[in-house]
Amino acid sequence: MLEIRNLTVNYGAITALHDVSLRVEAGSIVTLIGGNGAGKTTTLRAISGMVKPKSGQILFEGRDITGVPAHKLVGQGLAHSPEGRMVFANLTVLENLQMGAYLQRDKAVVARELEFVFGTFPRLQERTAQLAGTLSGGEQQMLAIGRALMSRPKCLLLDEPSLGIAPLLVRSIFAQIVELNRARGLTILLVEQNANLALEISRLGYVLETGRVILADDAAKLRADPQVRDAYLGG
Amino acid sequence: MPPRSQLWLLAALALAGVVSAFSGRLDSYVLDVAMGVGINIVLAVSLNLINGFTGQFSLGHAGFMAVGAYTSAMLTTTLGTKLGGSPALLQWVLFPASLLLGGLLAALAGLAVGAPSLRLKGDYLAIVTLGFGEIIKVVLQNVDAVGGARGLIGVPAYTDLFWTFGAAAVTVYAVWGLLNSAYGRGFLAVADDEVAAEAMGLDTTRYKITAFVVGSFFAGVAGGLYAHLKGYLNPGGFDFNKSIEIVVMVILGGMGRHVGVIIAAVLLGVLSETLRSFGDYRMIIYSLLLIVLMLTRPQGLFIWPLWKKKST
Repeated sequence: MLEIRNLTVNYGAITALHDVSLRVEAGSIVTLIGGNGAGKTTTLRAISGMVKPKSGQILFEGRDITGVPAHKLVGQGLAHSPEGRMVFANLTVLENLQMGAYLQRDKAVVARELEFVFGTFPRLQERTAQLAGTLSGGEQQMLAIGRALMSRPKCLLLDEPSLGIAPLLVRSIFAQIVELNRARGLTILLVEQNANLALEISRLGYVLETGRVILADDAAKLRADPQVRDAYLGG
Repeated sequence: MPPRSQLWLLAALALAGVVSAFSGRLDSYVLDVAMGVGINIVLAVSLNLINGFTGQFSLGHAGFMAVGAYTSAMLTTTLGTKLGGSPALLQWVLFPASLLLGGLLAALAGLAVGAPSLRLKGDYLAIVTLGFGEIIKVVLQNVDAVGGARGLIGVPAYTDLFWTFGAAAVTVYAVWGLLNSAYGRGFLAVADDEVAAEAMGLDTTRYKITAFVVGSFFAGVAGGLYAHLKGYLNPGGFDFNKSIEIVVMVILGGMGRHVGVIIAAVLLGVLSETLRSFGDYRMIIYSLLLIVLMLTRPQGLFIWPLWKKKST
């Protein structure tokens, strides 16, 4: 579904990603783990066209999407739920979700997706008229994911869904991520600080360190790997 | 957009027409201030689309106003004498056409300035528009065909209450309608979070340019009205201070607020008359006002829950 070949990204003189390659099979959940500044978010941003790579190739469903601007990829079925949630604080919950279906002209489809999102995150339905900026962190994360789902993506890039959220809610959000993958066949590329939880729900995992892939393996094997346990899973 | 908003527009236009018909009884000084207020509303509401609702920062509104002012004044002064015809005909046909052309040229200038600078994220627009405003001023000062530094004289006084408040009503209607459409919610999204808006599939550059071009168009129309109100154009009148004056209206009223900005435009229009005796010290008062406002009430003066920015 998604493949990255030898991707290099620079921010000015600083190399953020160096020769990164990875594959995400259709219908799977793949996790990128790594410390701060390892290049996880940059990888997602490069895929969705928000930063221009210096070299390398990004293929989505066999098509080359390297350097295609972000707003053109949404229509092709690639959605990005950005880090730090980034909901539209001055729009209501409903308006935020409608923005997610921005490219969808068919109102019936939008209504159906809205129902699906409300089914996934019932909390959002209770707060449709509330301004998104006044939601709790967990609710904003649900909204960010829900908003990304509104475009009916085939592949979802999910950046740090657990960031700054109460641990109890993290569990429930992750359960919904698994459910989306299982029931809808949604392909997910997950970036996550909470490596343990992320690897638990993933098929494959990649470990990034200072812009390079240092390990790539089955998620279960990574969880057992002493090096990974030591560095990212808290021993 | 509900048809009700179109009824509001028609009602506002009718009111402007009726009041204008009886304007002969008003004191000419009061009339002059009132028309200045109407032009202020056009300027402030159009800048609010750029600076408030779309979250960009333009410092060159006076420059686009100048483009419109000179375009429409040149058209009425040169064509007016050649065409002849009754003054009423000129005021009702040639004048609106010249306003429109002034607006279009200003919009074109907006596109030329905005297209390269709005592709970038950040405050580049402020710098570029600041430069643009100065360039326009210097160019006008040095082109003899438009009077150069002496200014352009003999512009016919076509502007009346109907045209100023009619234009104000149309501007409010256009900006309000644009923002309350399904398409228009994108402007607010761009202002809220550009990255997230991009991730939703919005062409953020196009939104920013649209807002900028529409805003510039109305600045041009305001310029045309201004030219035919004062009867005399001076490049110095469209300097940086004029742009700041419009920015103050938007900030005072609350960036991204509809009603607050209109109130601020009215208030500053009247205030600048009362402060006229202070001359250039007026700008000091404006600057102080800006600093105090930013420190104490960054959301604008005229906010209460009733007027919270809210789309249907």
